[in-house]
Amino acid sequence: MILFQLFLSFLQIGAFSFGGGYAAVPLIQSQIVNRHGWLSMSEFTDLITISQMTPGPIAVNSATFVGIKIAGFAGAIVATLGCILPSCIIVTLIARLYLKYRNLALLQGVLGSLRPAVVAMIASAGISILVTAFWGPEAVIAFAATNWVMIAIFLLCLVLLLKVKLDPILVMVLAGVLNLAAAAAGL
Amino acid sequence: MKTEKRSKILIKLFFSTLCLSAFTFGGGYVIVTLLKKKFVDEYHWIEEDEMLDLVAIAQSAPGAIAVNGAIVVGYKLAGMLGAMVTIIATIIPPLVIISVISMFYAAFRDNFLVSKMLEGMQTGVGAVIASVVWQMGTDVVKSKKPVSILIMVSAFAATCFFGVNVVIVVLVCALLGVVRTLLTHRKEELK
Repeated sequence: MILFQLFLSFLQIGAFSFGGGYAAVPLIQSQIVNRHGWLSMSEFTDLITISQMTPGPIAVNSATFVGIKIAGFAGAIVATLGCILPSCIIVTLIARLYLKYRNLALLQGVLGSLRPAVVAMIASAGISILVTAFWGPEAVIAFAATNWVMIAIFLLCLVLLLKVKLDPILVMVLAGVLNLAAAAAGL
Repeated sequence: MKTEKRSKILIKLFFSTLCLSAFTFGGGYVIVTLLKKKFVDEYHWIEEDEMLDLVAIAQSAPGAIAVNGAIVVGYKLAGMLGAMVTIIATIIPPLVIISVISMFYAAFRDNFLVSKMLEGMQTGVGAVIASVVWQMGTDVVKSKKPVSILIMVSAFAATCFFGVNVVIVVLVCALLGVVRTLLTHRKEELK
């Protein structure tokens, strides 16, 4: 039963994440954290962190990570299969049509309308990650409970990414080291 | 390509995709570029123009771009069997690496040093996502297409403030895309 649920959840993640990269993040969050509670918000953020630092798509990495946690290695396999099955069917279907007719107008029209929505959904997922980082896992947004060290680290990272164009992996490691240093300094 | 045996092609396909998947950091767009380098520039198995369209398919179909890219290339070169070979080669590296990491994760997470590192890195990821959103969002605004901007603002309000399920947002936008494409086609035909 749990295997079947894993399969179904990742099937939806595979079928509805358009645009690659972070586009899968809001879907994974809605299925894994909000709907089934298989991961807490901070475990989920750890997962995205790990995904960024290892090769492989975020969706496939999440499938393995969540699958193992919930149902062992079998869970990892089932979740991964669920996650790639829609791709297998839809991509081979489109590839077959393309090799026959060589026309992709409709497909690109659909993507044109989806792209702005994908940006918005990634933004929403990013906000819930930051809320957890700034105000802790219970996410009660109160001035007194604000983690100012985190906000400082966040602003520094943003400048390094947007202005200095530093590599994202380097920026993440730096954020980790800074927080560790702050903890050691007793902030 | 025709002089090479089919089984030889499949084996070459498997190992080149496996290597790409195991050593490519930085997401789908990077791996698609590397697929092109390997199969167009190095092996000359696919024409440049056709590869561009295959990449477009990989990017516009749902799912991970790296997986989709591997499927189109495998399917183009050796049919269903080719697609299966490239899919397996693409998912083995992340499956193995994340399995190993998740075994150590629980023990790691409780360590003070590691947990402080991870906590800080969560903020780092938040910043990476914020910068991606900033770049993609300014592209949408700069395109000066009112419909795109409207879609972006309403999708944000729907998911962030009203808790609308992301699947519904995706479906509505995809349908909107179909309608818009059909309408512009009809307009062109009337002219």
